[in-house]
Amino acid sequence: MKDYMEWIRTSVFPTNFCPGCGHGIILKAIAHAMSQLDIDRKKTVFVSGIGCSGWISSPYIKADTLHVTHGRAIAYATGVKLANPELTVIVIGGDGDIASIGGNHLIHAARRNIDLTVIMADNQNYGMTGGQFSPTTPAGAKTTTSPEGFRERPFDMVKLVKSAGAQYVARYTVAHFPQMVNALKKAIKTNGFAFLHFLSTCPTHFGRRNITSDPYEFIQYLRKNSISVSNATEKDYTTKIIIGEF
Amino acid sequence: MPTRKIKPYLPPGRYFMQGDEAVAEGAIAAGCRFYAGYPITPASEVILRIERRLREVGGVYFQGEDEIASIAACIGASWTGTKAMTATSGPGFDLMIENLGYAIMTETPLVLVDVQRAGPSTGQAARPSQGDFHQARYASHGDYEIIVLSPWSVQEMFEMGVKAFNLAEKFRTPVIILTDEAVGHLREPLDIPEEVEIFDREHDPSAPPFGMDPENPAPMPLFGDGADLLITGSTHTEWGLRRTRDPETQKKLLTHLMGKIRHHLDEIVEIDEKYMKDAEIALVAYGISARSALEATRRLREKGIKAGFLRLKTIWPFYDELIRNMLKGVAKIFVPEMNIGHLNKELKRVLNIPVISITRIDSTVLTPREIVEKVEEEA
Repeated sequence: MKDYMEWIRTSVFPTNFCPGCGHGIILKAIAHAMSQLDIDRKKTVFVSGIGCSGWISSPYIKADTLHVTHGRAIAYATGVKLANPELTVIVIGGDGDIASIGGNHLIHAARRNIDLTVIMADNQNYGMTGGQFSPTTPAGAKTTTSPEGFRERPFDMVKLVKSAGAQYVARYTVAHFPQMVNALKKAIKTNGFAFLHFLSTCPTHFGRRNITSDPYEFIQYLRKNSISVSNATEKDYTTKIIIGEF
Repeated sequence: MPTRKIKPYLPPGRYFMQGDEAVAEGAIAAGCRFYAGYPITPASEVILRIERRLREVGGVYFQGEDEIASIAACIGASWTGTKAMTATSGPGFDLMIENLGYAIMTETPLVLVDVQRAGPSTGQAARPSQGDFHQARYASHGDYEIIVLSPWSVQEMFEMGVKAFNLAEKFRTPVIILTDEAVGHLREPLDIPEEVEIFDREHDPSAPPFGMDPENPAPMPLFGDGADLLITGSTHTEWGLRRTRDPETQKKLLTHLMGKIRHHLDEIVEIDEKYMKDAEIALVAYGISARSALEATRRLREKGIKAGFLRLKTIWPFYDELIRNMLKGVAKIFVPEMNIGHLNKELKRVLNIPVISITRIDSTVLTPREIVEKVEEEA
């Protein structure tokens, strides 16, 4: 096993994530998974879009990185993978990127079962543009564009992508580091479409208005409010974060 | 040397072919091995032909969920070193513009065929138009240059299929083949040559991935080189590092993106002329309208009117100086086109002689007779 820091582009440090942002934990989990799998760094391409999540791989991951237009990362990644199947191709996007503007690309990539790993770093709102609601914002949650509570319903992304035909689907939060690393390894090894829903923390916007602006408390909240899919009752599906492999 | 001569996939000889098919054959001859597109009239015949050819030559055909995904996949493929193409028509072109801008910003070679139909919006799907003249140039937001070619025959659909790839590879830019339903669906003889000249991009894994030279394109590294590439649509340094607030980098980057094309006009731009030696008036046209314009020029000559003929094979970049020189001595020009007068507007900007627009906006190809009549009226 190699040093996971080989996968981090430390030359561009410090990162520009907000204090307490969970995206740095996802970055580290990816680096751990890649080094544990002993994948050829020179034959790996990370594709990301626009938003806070786009920065996880570009510029912070040390490999080939493609930072593209908002929502289109999966479509670009499809072209890369089809043109050169020897490359390991991993997509990172946020809830805006993957579930909203790029939703069509997501379900079609899952339907095709193309050999990509898609990581959705979900901070449950548009962090970079000032905390507007997104398709994964929980019903009733306060955001800058839903100050009286979000009136719509969120997508269950795991169900959506699973039913679209994905080969491997898992959900964890940034409070579940070893599980994230494990799921990443399984997803990348999956010969087909793999989708990872990683719930991240956004103390700056979402947390401050709904949970807490304290990063430590936010992580504790995620841990306490998560329940494994194997133990979850029907009631848990409306009140808890269901984690595990689906 | 990046230039080499190769035998086209089709054996040399005379074929009877449709324009859309010929552009697919040109692309295959140029080394296109990745096509991504979405079905649309009147460009669907490109898909039918290229899907078959790519299967035969071991390339990839990808049908995207929409035009946005299709051009995105082409850009991804291009960074693996695979020559990539997409084809569409107005409504699909509209959707591609977002990522066309990305390809310009990231200096990604690719070829986009726009088989124009009558618009705006859904318009008339199976009727020709030249209404995308300025859209092809100014589609994306921001300042940039782009190369747009205009074929007028099935033969040129093939030839420009090759040329578009060569220019895309050389100048690291998207190249648009701006044709229309009339040429796309036209069937006529096509001569496949013994060999075609191919230009492959300069590949350098160790050089900076992006150019900053105000006049010349940069070599291009590829995915898998081990260069830890940073490729972004944001303003970037030559190493791909984002500089989203620095005025100097923005200026330097734009200067490069425009300069690498503007400083090579002689290499890029082709303008054909006929009967210009003693011409007193001239017809200036492109694409399908130029066929009618050439016939009109001949008829005007028969009537004793000293008419000349200029045809823009390259529409963009617009070579003001060359056009001015080629039209020296001409007192008046006529500009037949199937739109409200797009080329007309550019020529008015460039020339200080009377420029008279002859247009049709009823999705019908201009006839030589109506051009002759209009010229006689005004001459």
